[in-house]
Amino acid sequence: MFKQDMTALLRRHGLLFAFGIFLAGVALTTDTFLTVGNFLDVIRQVSITGMIAIGVTFVVITGRFDLSVGSMLTFLTVIVVDQHNVSGPFMAIIYVMIGGIVIGAINGLLIGFIGLNALIVTLAMLSFLQGLTLFYSGGANVNVQNAQNTWFAFFGRADLFGIPVPALIFILTAIVASFVLTRTTFGRQIFAVGGNETASKFSGIDTRKTIFFAYILSGLTTALAAIIMGSRVMGAQNTIGQGYELTVLAGIILGGTSLLGGSGGIWRTILGITMLGFIQNGLLLLGYPYYVQWLVTWVVIILAVWIDLGAKRGKVFA
Amino acid sequence: MTQNTTLLELQGITKTFPGVKALDNVSLDVKQGEVLALVGENGAGKSTLMKVLAGLYTAEQGSIKYLGKEMQVHSPLDARLKGILLIHQELSLSPELSVAENIYLGAWPTNRFGLLQKRKLRKQTQQALEALGCDFAPDDRVGQLSIARQQMVEIARAQAFNANIVIFDEPTASLTDNEKAQLFETIEDLRSRGKGIIYISHKMDEIFEITDRITILRDGQVQGTKITADTSVDEITRAMIGRDLDTYFHRAKENFGEDVLAIDGLSADGLFSDVSFSVKSGEVLGLYGLVGAGRSEVVETIFGIRKAQSGRIIWKGREISHPTPAEAIELGIALVPESRKEQGLVLGMGGRENITLPHLHFFSTLSVMSKEKELETYEQFQQALDIKTTGPEQPVAKLSGGNQQKFVLAKWLCSSPNLIILDEPTRGIDVGSKSSIHELIANLAEQGLAVIVISSEMPEVLGVSHRVLAMANGRIVGSFSGQNQTEENLISAVSKT
Repeated sequence: MFKQDMTALLRRHGLLFAFGIFLAGVALTTDTFLTVGNFLDVIRQVSITGMIAIGVTFVVITGRFDLSVGSMLTFLTVIVVDQHNVSGPFMAIIYVMIGGIVIGAINGLLIGFIGLNALIVTLAMLSFLQGLTLFYSGGANVNVQNAQNTWFAFFGRADLFGIPVPALIFILTAIVASFVLTRTTFGRQIFAVGGNETASKFSGIDTRKTIFFAYILSGLTTALAAIIMGSRVMGAQNTIGQGYELTVLAGIILGGTSLLGGSGGIWRTILGITMLGFIQNGLLLLGYPYYVQWLVTWVVIILAVWIDLGAKRGKVFA
Repeated sequence: MTQNTTLLELQGITKTFPGVKALDNVSLDVKQGEVLALVGENGAGKSTLMKVLAGLYTAEQGSIKYLGKEMQVHSPLDARLKGILLIHQELSLSPELSVAENIYLGAWPTNRFGLLQKRKLRKQTQQALEALGCDFAPDDRVGQLSIARQQMVEIARAQAFNANIVIFDEPTASLTDNEKAQLFETIEDLRSRGKGIIYISHKMDEIFEITDRITILRDGQVQGTKITADTSVDEITRAMIGRDLDTYFHRAKENFGEDVLAIDGLSADGLFSDVSFSVKSGEVLGLYGLVGAGRSEVVETIFGIRKAQSGRIIWKGREISHPTPAEAIELGIALVPESRKEQGLVLGMGGRENITLPHLHFFSTLSVMSKEKELETYEQFQQALDIKTTGPEQPVAKLSGGNQQKFVLAKWLCSSPNLIILDEPTRGIDVGSKSSIHELIANLAEQGLAVIVISSEMPEVLGVSHRVLAMANGRIVGSFSGQNQTEENLISAVSKT
């Protein structure tokens, strides 16, 4: 029995174990990895990807994707920074929240109500938002003009009780999202739609509405992430969110949420995203250039998807 | 070869599936230039037998002799190359490919570099089509042809591969009268050229029109082979049924109340038309018909999964024309769907979550779920229906068909509906679970529910129902109760074309 449990556990979390060992290695070979300062750095970094990943987790559990979050992050960060100068921080935040919800709603309409393929719709949205960002900014970088004295700095730069505020926002969002996912009727519907869409329809669930709202959540948490990002950087380039969609997806898969839909959870996502954050950090500390993380993302995605599929069908190869 | 040589001889074919002997020592033979009918009720083993012959299944015992020599069939392509061709009930063509590509699917002519020889493919196809007098070209896309022409494509396959045995499985199910006449001409032509034909059908008039002999299957065993000219519809029907009824069925005591549901002239394009019936509380209404008759589509329309083009649905005297499933559930309509794995259950979820899925608001306050309430209901039904699981969270994927079906029932019973529709409630489940589901149906009706039972199994639908409607080609073709509620009447009702 125990042996069976162990193999099941290894199969499901084998990748996490492997990375755990890697991190232990990093901790032993560098002086800086196991320092409070380094931890806080990683957590600040992770809170942005993690925030997005929380929303995307809802989408992934319905058995779908959201690849638009990377350029959505870019677009919304450019908006929040620029509007800070034009309309003030409060209105900037409101605009960005509305923006995230509207973009999510457009994805949700096309995918949930019209039934278009999620991969294509969100990939197209990625392109659309890239273009829209450049229209808005005219290609120039944007910066917060009075960066030294604005309360907007609170979201990305401040500490509360010694913990970075972005991390607090992140943890708070995670608690709420986890409650919604595991304890509410909406959460149950998300799992049901991902587990078996036809059976959900036969159970009276409005599957289209469920999918629609999952994308809205994805847009909303990306908006929150954009606020943290803008506040932390106090500026935005037109490429600031590039590649985030895959980092987020890699973290979600690494945590053990199945891309096939129907299973997963917020805490798993947080575990995956945090682990990925520490891996990237570890690689930097070992002296590798920052772009090595993109190679690692490839490894994570391929292995995690393979292991997930292999476990489900009981065969390693097709 | 002379007339009357035996082309194909099956001997002692036995095939078992877990818990069922689908074929039990089946023997039959087909001669040159003859049409052999294969008849039997649903589940008698006809399709299994044909799949063995076409290489889709392997028999555990028995031999297949082809032109006097023992033969092994490894795959459908293998069967085709050896001269045996099965024309499925649902055609097995790729709509996006051309006629020629479909005919030679899996056996496209190639040159020594492995490249497709298009010209050769087209020429060979043209010859086959000409031989059959087809009015379409090798390059036509199959998806654009009518069903009857698609069937001709399959028959052209027989021509192209020079098949000696052609098996038709319910070939006229979706043909018009004209197209049927044409098909019969083609079969006549194949016969005159010395081919052996196996013709599977439920339609007695067709069988008596074109076949030479009839082999009858029942419960996986051959009940005999008759010469068509020397037998009658009655004799064949009796041989197909041949079992005592009413021995293990519980039928609810008759104590009917008001009409719960009435539908009036309900029609949906291409699925069913002008369907009218009503069901009272306390009544079990049976709906019999062959697969494709439109039974499931009608009840899915009542439940709101599909939309009707015209007609009325009247619930307790009030018209509800286009309910959504959620509204239907709210009214007290429950549908136990045909396919429990695809439509009935979320397989990755446990029993608790599956049971409560249609009634989440019932188990929640301000959208927050109460696990305690869920568990209470789960335990109540797990005990009442005697469902074997290791616990409320065990994924239902791991359970047997019978236990899965009980969870689907629990899912719909826990909200105390007024009408429960059961679509093939005992398909593919063991005998024990079957009879407990029959008992449950009787109990529900006695408690005052209106019940609609759809079944392709005649003994079941006759045994549990107070009244049985027969459906064929999307229409109600007969209503039987009391003395008239017999297998003979149902068969004759659905086999009129």
